[in-house]
Amino acid sequence: MVLKSLTGNYAVALAVKMARVDVVAAYPITPQTTIVEKLAEYIDGGELDAIMIRVESEHSALAAAYGSALAGARAFTATSSHGLLYMYEWVNWVSRARVPLVMAIVTRTIGPPWNIWTDHSDYYEQRDTGWIQGFAMDSQEVFDMTLQAFKISEDPRVYLPVMIGLDAFILSHTSMPVEVPEQELVDEWLGARTQGFIIDGSEALIHGALSSPEYTEEFIKDMGKAMEEAVEVIREVDYSFGRTFGRSYGGLVELYKCSDAKYHLVLMGAWAGDAMEAVDTLREQGYSIGVVRVRYTRPFPGEELYKALSSSKGVIVVERGVSFGSMGPMFLDIAGNMLKYSRKLPYMRNVIAGVGGVNVTYKDFEYIAKETIDYIESGEEPSVMTWYHARRSK
Amino acid sequence: MSSTPTLPRDMRNTVLPGHAACHGCPIPMGLKVVGAVFGDKVILVVPACCTSVVLGMHPGTAFNGSVIHVAFASAAAVASGISAGLFKRGVRGVQVVAWAGDGGTADIGMASLSGAAERNDDFIYVMYDNEAYMNTGIQRSSATPAGAWTTTTPLGKKESKKDVTKILIAHGVPYVATASIAYPHDFYNKLKKAAGIRGFKFIYLHAPCPVGWRFDPSLTVKVAKLAVETGMIILYEYYDGKIHISGPSRPLLDKSRRRPLIEYLKFQGRFHGISEGELRNLESYVDSSWEWVKKFMQ
Amino acid sequence: MSNLTKKAKSLHKIPIARPSIGVAGRTGTWRWMKPVVDLSKCTKCYQCEIYCPDNSISVEALKGAVVNYEYCKGCGVCAEVCPAKAISMVEEEQHGP
Ligand SMILES: Cc1ncc(C[n+]2csc(CCOP(=O)(O)OP(=O)(O)O)c2C)c(N)n1
Ligand code: SF4
Ligand code: SF4
Ligand code: SF4
Ligand SMILES: [Mg+2]
Repeated sequence: MVLKSLTGNYAVALAVKMARVDVVAAYPITPQTTIVEKLAEYIDGGELDAIMIRVESEHSALAAAYGSALAGARAFTATSSHGLLYMYEWVNWVSRARVPLVMAIVTRTIGPPWNIWTDHSDYYEQRDTGWIQGFAMDSQEVFDMTLQAFKISEDPRVYLPVMIGLDAFILSHTSMPVEVPEQELVDEWLGARTQGFIIDGSEALIHGALSSPEYTEEFIKDMGKAMEEAVEVIREVDYSFGRTFGRSYGGLVELYKCSDAKYHLVLMGAWAGDAMEAVDTLREQGYSIGVVRVRYTRPFPGEELYKALSSSKGVIVVERGVSFGSMGPMFLDIAGNMLKYSRKLPYMRNVIAGVGGVNVTYKDFEYIAKETIDYIESGEEPSVMTWYHARRSK
Repeated sequence: MSSTPTLPRDMRNTVLPGHAACHGCPIPMGLKVVGAVFGDKVILVVPACCTSVVLGMHPGTAFNGSVIHVAFASAAAVASGISAGLFKRGVRGVQVVAWAGDGGTADIGMASLSGAAERNDDFIYVMYDNEAYMNTGIQRSSATPAGAWTTTTPLGKKESKKDVTKILIAHGVPYVATASIAYPHDFYNKLKKAAGIRGFKFIYLHAPCPVGWRFDPSLTVKVAKLAVETGMIILYEYYDGKIHISGPSRPLLDKSRRRPLIEYLKFQGRFHGISEGELRNLESYVDSSWEWVKKFMQ
Repeated sequence: MSNLTKKAKSLHKIPIARPSIGVAGRTGTWRWMKPVVDLSKCTKCYQCEIYCPDNSISVEALKGAVVNYEYCKGCGVCAEVCPAKAISMVEEEQHGP
């Protein structure tokens, strides 16, 4: 084990290298570029024995990665925002084909106006595509999650592609210490690639042919089943990763100071660190609050969240994205999924913040939490959905 | 071209009877030749097009080899990926063939095709040209010739045919050729030659469609032959920086040996009622194509 | 590879198909014209077999061109390309629903 100082993007690239991918196909877009550049450097420098397909678009990036994965190669791509939207047809294709593959999404605001800072709209818009979706908080987790993504994707119970989200700049371009394990240990833990089928000419196989509604329904239903199985697989992978490398995250969600908390901040991504900082201060001021950090949004951790939140006095879901005309995508998921376990939901509030990359600090989290708690403690209820706007008049 | 291959025997178990093509469809005629060359050691990459339907419904397929159906714009990109994946895994002796229509090539697939060609990725790209979007019901493509009726050009297409072969030559890839379903031996030889070259190979395949062009299904081969005999379609290869004209077209370098264009057009309902002006237009298109070919024969 | 595939098939439903004859059904029930070969004229030149879009006519070394009426669609290509005019298209006696 060595300690390295890595940006989020370099942590992705290093994990991809240590997973010994065979093919990388990618197209540059800020803020994803340094992942691709680093991988090109590894490949051209002989550190990674892989083929890089320098495609002419993101649509082709995922298409080419898909082709190589079908042919039995461990494949990887990465993109952001407009690139992700441009490859959207392929995002859906790959999962429906049940082909293991890993993609990093450096989350970035969608234009117009042009904006390169982080929000989670690009990531959220993929939620119905059939990909397993994870979101990391810091460089170490980016590294770990990327390695785990290959293991989860290639698990015979799953065979679905995995995307890992990380925030533009505040994570992608910020250096943090990362524990890098020995290559032999990674090889041993990850193992060789497995996949449902390989098309390499060794037998005549046809994939994707015109199908009847009845067959198609079976395929799609099976994806749902694989997603359900993935819940257990993610937990297992987190556990075995911990046994091998000494780090576990608690499965699909991470709980911070939740054991005795009456109130809960729920969120995902790099700013969860700021929320945790706020919670530390709030605790000193006598507020009973914890952070529920969502690590995976597909499969959605309904059970974990129900357990963590069902007896909460107030749940505050803070999100860097909104489903226009409705509410925050994660809030909707939480509310809907909790109904699977009980008809009685705790008081829940949805705060939309940081959209367009607006900086949100621990002070903002403190403010949001206090406001909510003070309302509830005084017997009032603030509105269920609010925008926490940086340019608000104070 | 070298010796005449024994096509029939090799063709027998390639395209399987009972597929979903229309009467007289040119697509299986072309695929039979692909099968004759590669047997089942071929991976076809097929974007949305008539072929997606022709090969029939899950769980069966009427092609005795591997087929990967892919999104409309992506035949070339997926083929690049497969080729890279196979190479990395050390799999040899399997030919990757992107098999795409004119729409999937000249229009929506142009960027991914150009990308793969520029990268010189190792596979064969076949553009079968039935000169319109047939899968979706005969809409014009950029490869539809001027004057032709389609459902989106009810008065005849105004613009000239986009010549994708020229565009591919401009990419500087090692092998580019044109072929026709009427000349299977010629197509066979070109595929064979392409298979022996590393890098990106492009073969244009003229494929008259009885349904979309409005001619009797028994005439598919005849119409395809007439396209060559009138000089509308010129069969050639491009390698080593030069055009090498192919057997069936060679005599037609002499313009007087080309049949009048109208003999080709008259069988096709899509050209019914074209004006004198449009006919002249097409004739000069043919003439300039030949002039261009001659220039590159030097 | 085959092992992987088989395993996957038992675990998952994945859109994998295999080559098979008759994916779009038989044509004998709806074909309205059929090719009839006059074997006395057949020179076994293979033209019909080369061009038949349905791979439904094949030349037997001793006999000549033989039609597979289960899948022949009656398009008439074979008759059109036959240099010996050995194939004639005749109306089916029973056709239609
Ligand atoms: C992205 C996308 N846009 C549109 C379509 C609809 N579509 C399917 S096939 C096709 C036309 C295909 O034309 P061509 O490539 O010439 O092949 P042909 O059907 O003529 O064989 C179209 C427009 C699609 N499948 N995907
Ligand atoms: S429309 Fe034309 S190209 Fe398409 S299947 Fe029918 S005959 Fe073949
Ligand atoms: S084309 Fe005619 S002559 Fe030639 S093999 Fe067929 S039936 Fe016989
Ligand atoms: S009629 Fe058409 S389908 Fe039938 S054998 Fe002749 S060419 Fe083949
Ligand atoms: Mg077409």
